[in-house]
Amino acid sequence: MKDNKVKSILFAGVGGQGILRASDIMCQTMMEAGFDVKKSEVHGMAQRGGCVTSHVRYGARVYSPLAASGTIDILISFEKMEALRYLKFLSHDASIILNTEEINPPAVNMGELPYPADIINFLKNHYAKVIAFNAAEIAQQAGSIKAANVVLLGALSNLTGIDRAIWENVIKKSFPQKLIKLNLEAFQKGIAA
Amino acid sequence: MKKVLLSGNEAIARGVYEAGVRFAAAYPGTPSTEIMEQFAKYDGIYAEWAPNEKVAVEVAIGAALGGARALAVMKHVGVNVAADPIFTVSYTGIEGALVIISADDPSMHSSQNEQDNRNYAKFAKIPMLEPADPQEAKEFIKLAFQISEQFDTPVFLRTTTRVSHSKSVVALEDSHLPENKTKLAHHAAKYVMVPINARMRRVEVEKRERALRRFVETFAENKMEINDPEVGIITAGMPYNYAKDVFPDYSYLKLGMVYPLPVKMIKQFAGKVKKIYVIEELDPYLEEQIRAMGIEVTGKEIFPYTNEFDPGIIKHAILGDLRGSVSPYKETLALRPPNLCPGCPHRGLFYALKKSKAYVHGDIGCYTLSYLKPLEGLHSCICMGASIGMAHGMSKALKEKGKGKVVGVIGDSTFLHSGITGLLNMAYNNSDALIIILDNSTTAMTGMQEHPGTGFTLMGKEAKKVNLPVLVSSLGIENIRVIDPNNLKETQIAIKDELASSGPSVIIAQRPCALFKRANMKPVPPLKIDPDKCEGCKACLGLNCPPIAWKEGVTREGSKRKGLAVIDETICNGCGLCAQVCKFNAIA
Repeated sequence: MKDNKVKSILFAGVGGQGILRASDIMCQTMMEAGFDVKKSEVHGMAQRGGCVTSHVRYGARVYSPLAASGTIDILISFEKMEALRYLKFLSHDASIILNTEEINPPAVNMGELPYPADIINFLKNHYAKVIAFNAAEIAQQAGSIKAANVVLLGALSNLTGIDRAIWENVIKKSFPQKLIKLNLEAFQKGIAA
Repeated sequence: MKKVLLSGNEAIARGVYEAGVRFAAAYPGTPSTEIMEQFAKYDGIYAEWAPNEKVAVEVAIGAALGGARALAVMKHVGVNVAADPIFTVSYTGIEGALVIISADDPSMHSSQNEQDNRNYAKFAKIPMLEPADPQEAKEFIKLAFQISEQFDTPVFLRTTTRVSHSKSVVALEDSHLPENKTKLAHHAAKYVMVPINARMRRVEVEKRERALRRFVETFAENKMEINDPEVGIITAGMPYNYAKDVFPDYSYLKLGMVYPLPVKMIKQFAGKVKKIYVIEELDPYLEEQIRAMGIEVTGKEIFPYTNEFDPGIIKHAILGDLRGSVSPYKETLALRPPNLCPGCPHRGLFYALKKSKAYVHGDIGCYTLSYLKPLEGLHSCICMGASIGMAHGMSKALKEKGKGKVVGVIGDSTFLHSGITGLLNMAYNNSDALIIILDNSTTAMTGMQEHPGTGFTLMGKEAKKVNLPVLVSSLGIENIRVIDPNNLKETQIAIKDELASSGPSVIIAQRPCALFKRANMKPVPPLKIDPDKCEGCKACLGLNCPPIAWKEGVTREGSKRKGLAVIDETICNGCGLCAQVCKFNAIA
């Protein structure tokens, strides 16, 4: 990536997974690293159970908080099948960070549609870099399943080249005192995942 | 100067505070709600939730006539509710300052329509500013108050969802409190809009329009960027960012004020570039006015009329048949429609209501989501407060054919917003419809705002709490029943009885929103499904409660079941509704 090129990250998942908190942490990190940054999200109907997405874009000067389809550099999917929903937004050389946790949509629960099979291999066949792991299980090892979003940020930090100290400093500021240790550990486990 | 990341709404609240404005009224509505929530946190201000947008504007007008600088905030459709006072305060002007924020929602992320409220500016002859990002939002709200004072006019600030809900870097400044000019000043000829005075003020409006048309030619937030002279883009608000993202080298005329338009400046820009595109979401609002100036432009023949734009849409429209990236995944993916929360009190009500087979007129709130499968609880939804009038009208028109079959459902906040008059009419004109007030003690859809039925104000003070049964009774309704919608049996009986009774009936279904912390409901342990008892009938799945999932293929000897239902204990809050629908006593 050239310094003046805007980089675009797409956060996607299901309401209640801590997606907007994660994209907030990323934005703050990029701002403290000296970049211009814009992010977009939609509130309101994004209740628990609905799809939630957030675009984060950073670079020397960012105009649009939304990326054009076909230009996302990194997709970070908080749920396994959700990754498939947003592939048209990805550039051909995009990287994908995939939480392999499965959350059934209502139509799958009612037996009207199947949960897609073999998602990881499908993604690996089409994209050069697919990093897949169960972030919920890793977060549980760190102390709470709720820290899965920060585990995923740890994996994301491997791809952004931003000083880890800046990430960790922002994480410290983003949680109440009693949750800091847990989230820093979740972040480390995400880096190693 | 301190720089922080702010959403457009947070930045507007900050700008209002920095400008020294200390008075605001609003009714919550996505995407505008956070402006008031943030503003209310600053020291030394007064902010209130009004029961609806019309009242909010009237409150702000009253403050402004007393010399205050006042703000009213609402979503785009809220301006429809408030339109009556807005159109006439345009004639009177104000003593202090008055700014009205309209937060539009292209793409209808959380709305029933995507009306383009720039039309209101032209229609009501009120100047309108439109920021493109949070930094501009903070600056423009300050300019809006300056313009209001300078020209004795209300001023609109228009945002869209992408401006209100995107975040970017904003430079903070200190708050400057101007001299307090509040006083009682009597100017009856200016403010009593009887015809003789209104005719005088009508002439003043045209004088003001002329002055504003001169002002806008030098307004610093209308910005010309001459780069490539081959292509010029005229735009305003967020679409400017989308266009700059994909065409950084074209020339731009970015309008910070979208009413009135700077005619000379637009003509000057047209003289500097060869081909002009007008890029705007929704209506050809700029395009039609620019064409009327005799300038040839390309607009809605290539750009969509519907939905919000993004950089890709603009690129593809201008460069022709260039498709965006195509997904390699071709199978149909199951959708994830937004759903009522675990433990939501609406779930039991709509489960019971579906069994009544009535025609249900819905209203605006979380409960509108019950329209979706499998609850399928609503058959119409138009706007705030409409359910009651519509149920009454249908019941009257259908007479015997509609008897016992017409219901209107409305939330507590929506009822207080604009349902009271509908119910008064129903009592007065006497129809047989049944109205169910879904009283969850909060404005849930927009994120737990206070209202006159909650007992608290926006600023956290204890307040008079309206007594719904007494209010309903005083409107003239005789059949009133208060129930707990989580008790399925009681709910079903109440609906059946009240549908059968003649004359108007009201059921008040009372249970606090499951996310409402102040309700202080005792935590109940999550439920479990006994795999030895579950027969796989899927009755519990018919509730569409988020924690309940299906495990295909888990069979059991002696049972015909093809799988079994399971409950995700991490999100179940133990409301017990599923246990009430299970015929096999498998849930406890």
